[in-house]
Amino acid sequence: MTTPAKFTPACPFPIQDYPRVLLAHGGGGKLMHQLIGKLFVPAFRNSLLEAQHDASVFDLAGQRIAFTTDSYVVRPLFFPGGDLGSLAVHGTVNDLAMAGARPRYLSAAFIIEEGLPMETLWKITASMQQAAQAAGVQIITGDTKVVDKGKGDGLFINTAGIGILEHSLRIAPQSVQPGDAILVSGDVGRHGMAIMAVREGLEFESAIRSDSAPVAEAVLQLIQAGLEIHCLRDLTRGGLTSVLNEIAEAARLTLQVEEKLIPVREDVRAACEILGLDPLQVACEGRFAVFVPERDAARALEILRAHPVSAGAARIGQASPQSTARVLLQSAIGARRILDMSSGEQLPRIC
Amino acid sequence: MKYLDEYREAGGTHQLARELARITTRPWLLMEVCGGQTHAIVKFGLDELLPRQVTLLHGPGCPVCVTPLELIDSALELAARPDVIFCSFGDMLRVPGSTTDLLAVKAAGGDVRIVYSPLDAVKLAGQNPAREVVFFAVGFETTAPTTAMAVYQAARQGLRNFSLLVSHVLVPPAIEAILDAPDRRVQGFLAAGHVCAVMGWEEYLPLAAKYQVPIVVTGFEPLDILQGVLMCVRQLESGRAEVENQYRRAVRQAGNSPAQQLIREVFQVTPRKWRGIGEIPRSGLGLRDAYAAFDAERKFGLAGRGVAEPAECQSGLVLQGKIKPHECPAFGTRCTPEHPLGATMVSSEGACAAYYRYRREP
Repeated sequence: MTTPAKFTPACPFPIQDYPRVLLAHGGGGKLMHQLIGKLFVPAFRNSLLEAQHDASVFDLAGQRIAFTTDSYVVRPLFFPGGDLGSLAVHGTVNDLAMAGARPRYLSAAFIIEEGLPMETLWKITASMQQAAQAAGVQIITGDTKVVDKGKGDGLFINTAGIGILEHSLRIAPQSVQPGDAILVSGDVGRHGMAIMAVREGLEFESAIRSDSAPVAEAVLQLIQAGLEIHCLRDLTRGGLTSVLNEIAEAARLTLQVEEKLIPVREDVRAACEILGLDPLQVACEGRFAVFVPERDAARALEILRAHPVSAGAARIGQASPQSTARVLLQSAIGARRILDMSSGEQLPRIC
Repeated sequence: MKYLDEYREAGGTHQLARELARITTRPWLLMEVCGGQTHAIVKFGLDELLPRQVTLLHGPGCPVCVTPLELIDSALELAARPDVIFCSFGDMLRVPGSTTDLLAVKAAGGDVRIVYSPLDAVKLAGQNPAREVVFFAVGFETTAPTTAMAVYQAARQGLRNFSLLVSHVLVPPAIEAILDAPDRRVQGFLAAGHVCAVMGWEEYLPLAAKYQVPIVVTGFEPLDILQGVLMCVRQLESGRAEVENQYRRAVRQAGNSPAQQLIREVFQVTPRKWRGIGEIPRSGLGLRDAYAAFDAERKFGLAGRGVAEPAECQSGLVLQGKIKPHECPAFGTRCTPEHPLGATMVSSEGACAAYYRYRREP
């Protein structure tokens, strides 16, 4: 007879504060981190999960494997520079790349709302196939569900991915060392503003195109060059701000970055300025941060810049020896301030 | 970015800061009225560049923060109705009412939508004739013209399903209330540039004369704000109390007369309660009788309720420049952006939120 599993009836999350899930719980800010940290991690507790990296890395049959999953719920389904299908491939292969893995196989699960035009589904599927081919992965298993009209927003896609590690580096936030240089692989904030411009019907002189792209090739070249990469992370929800704060927290270090070194395109800055948003908190889908020892920084930049997806790479700051977990930003006029994670979605301001 | 980077340039700001240090001989307390200025000051770290004798107090110019609790409760009640599409600027969504906020109402099934302009709400009303569209009209003189235009257009289109929950407030009466306070410490004001772009600066002349305080109409970029401070301190040091215009690239003495006309057409001046401060006479805008059909409070029978503020929240003192955000015992502990006690911790223009985001030391 087996002993019944221990069961805690009380929800670990402060229900008195949030009796219902808010959109902000998925916004990449503090509320989402609390939800993961207090509800999901304790429930599923194990050492692989607790690493809380973009992908989990483990040994299987003598091979180091990276495994990850992500769901894609973007609206609109098509946007300048991409669509739900290409995004569902790029997001997952990039999570594998952030563990330093070569992406190999994906699964694809479709949750389709009744009434979705077949033409739309076909376009998204074709786009997924092209994106998978370009990223060097195969979609080898899948699932299809159709829900009643009104019970889904057109189409949701989940992909899971498996990649192989061909090196022995420990690429993780905990590996970041004092003195490490912080690089970003290109201009930030473009994907989020491309989506927002379409969603809100904002028209600018030229459409802002998403940066959605597979980045594994650029990452693998960094590894093949023998650089001692300490950490990689893609700048998705919550943008650069959330990523820097997560890494500062995990590494227990103060990270210092300089505002004027962070590349932001003119049209993205202007759109953010109009809407009262901070480009450093806006999501990207083809950008990542790299932490390398100072001696490898110049070579890393050179390699990144030689690759089309990271041609705009820049060095933005460094990890300081202070063991307070926080991010300091030197403003354009030279004053220093805290760069704090937002609590949920950014809310456009009044005036 | 052109016309923006020029005003955020390090060389110019430091030059102004040096000049300010050179002319300052005594301690001075200035208040920047507008929350947008507070945000810029803390975000760019401008207060670190000021000489130690010059102190900036943060004023009541955050429309989200001063919207009274009972009106937020009315908003929550309306947003929860199944027949209502409730439209608001994004800032208002997280502001706590007595029991909940608009984001939670949305999560519970309320149709709450973020709009960027009240005219979008008018459009929604046209597209959804079977539903009531309510716009939460919040803001100072800056946003009043677009709200007025929305009502004006809704009236012309004969829309019967569009209404406003109005909480428009006016800057000069708030400045006067601060100047009238018996323990007033503020010696000079940076007036809100964008409010003056609409209203001009003539209405500040009697205030400067009556209370003998310098008032400098000031913009929002680092160079603007430092130059505004410099002009204000220069007046104080030489014993002058005048209205000056630092923000000349946007503000004319008479302001924008078509915008003012539109405000007068739709709104009349009314008494208005300010959250954390209390009622200030002639400090708000309410719909004129001719547009009463667009007044959500009348339409849905919401007016005239009284609600008590959480006792622990000292946002009223913060808004009047009597304490700085971090001097409140609840700051950063029991009051954070995730669990705000008051609106000043929510809005990006709220002084408490600005301090929490940029200034808190872990």
